[in-house]
Amino acid sequence: MHEWALAEGVVTTAQKFAEENGLTKVTEVIVMIGELQQIDHDVLEFTFEQLKTDLFKDAKFILKTQPAMFKCRVCGNEWSFKAQGLTEDISEAIHFVPEMAHVYVKCTECESPDFEVTQGRGVWLATIKGVKDDE
Amino acid sequence: MSDPRLAVIERRFDKVGKVIAVSSGKGGVGKSMVATSLALNLRDQGYKVGLFDMDFTSPATHVILGVEGLYPEEENGIVPPIAHGLRYMSITHYSLDEPAPLRGVDVSNAIIELLAIIRWEELDYLVVDMPPGIGDATLDTIRLVPKLEFVVITTPSKVAYQSVRRLLILFKNLGIRVRGVIENMVMKPGNYIETELEKIEIDHLGALDYCEELEDAIGDPAKLAETSFYKKIGELAPKII
Repeated sequence: MHEWALAEGVVTTAQKFAEENGLTKVTEVIVMIGELQQIDHDVLEFTFEQLKTDLFKDAKFILKTQPAMFKCRVCGNEWSFKAQGLTEDISEAIHFVPEMAHVYVKCTECESPDFEVTQGRGVWLATIKGVKDDE
Repeated sequence: MSDPRLAVIERRFDKVGKVIAVSSGKGGVGKSMVATSLALNLRDQGYKVGLFDMDFTSPATHVILGVEGLYPEEENGIVPPIAHGLRYMSITHYSLDEPAPLRGVDVSNAIIELLAIIRWEELDYLVVDMPPGIGDATLDTIRLVPKLEFVVITTPSKVAYQSVRRLLILFKNLGIRVRGVIENMVMKPGNYIETELEKIEIDHLGALDYCEELEDAIGDPAKLAETSFYKKIGELAPKII
């Protein structure tokens, strides 16, 4: 499970944020997942459960997907990522290193590989809710 | 909130003794050849060694090693496969030999992604083949990779050295540890590089004569090990580690 490594980054960052902001209990963590990486939500949720510390004992991990969008730097065309149609090998390459999209995906208009991933790349923390001692 | 990948990079190097980044201000000076030969020599000397080709747009170490079809294992991240006794990571595990037209921001993202997910096994040394220059890969490596020391490659050419000098000055200004400079592809004796390095107080580790057998040894590490180039790198290795 390569998701484990990403989840570890999220939990470590959330822990640091909670400590820095004096949270004694975290109740909710919203994690955004870029569609491009094709992360398995069940695997990620399972990993969060395995990795979470006492601070997150009652926390709900909510995973939300952000669709992946591309914009061609050459012709300005914008299009959305569709994993369907990619071979398993290509899909896996993008899953591990999303920048491999530039190797295997081309602009749907002019076929240039010089495009920007305008949204939907990576895994990141959106919000953390919790309580402080004095609340 | 900060990029969650950054929070785990340092611990990914917990089992690595030292990271030796082979770099240069200029392309075409033999970085990949030195990095690969250094990694293989250290393996010969009984160390546990990894080789990470961080030149994502022009990877070359897989050609020198003569490997293809390798794929990392997935285990709480990814574990680099073994090639000729080295834990070996290259973007070509994923891009194969297709062109990877990556802009700086993409190179940076790919480096951070891999640094966050690669789980290096116990290694005495991880040799990194850097892309040339002082772009994103060099800056990210300096920013993120712990236990890092650089070995810088130049040729005797003034053109190459002037770029190398700028890289060395950058490292000095940032307080980055540089083991020294290796002078590669020497075709006639001279002391230009040594004299210049003295001025900026950087060690000249040694000079490698232009090696005619080298081209025929590409793709065949056993043949590479027979070259004068490889043997000389083996002699220099104690100065580097």
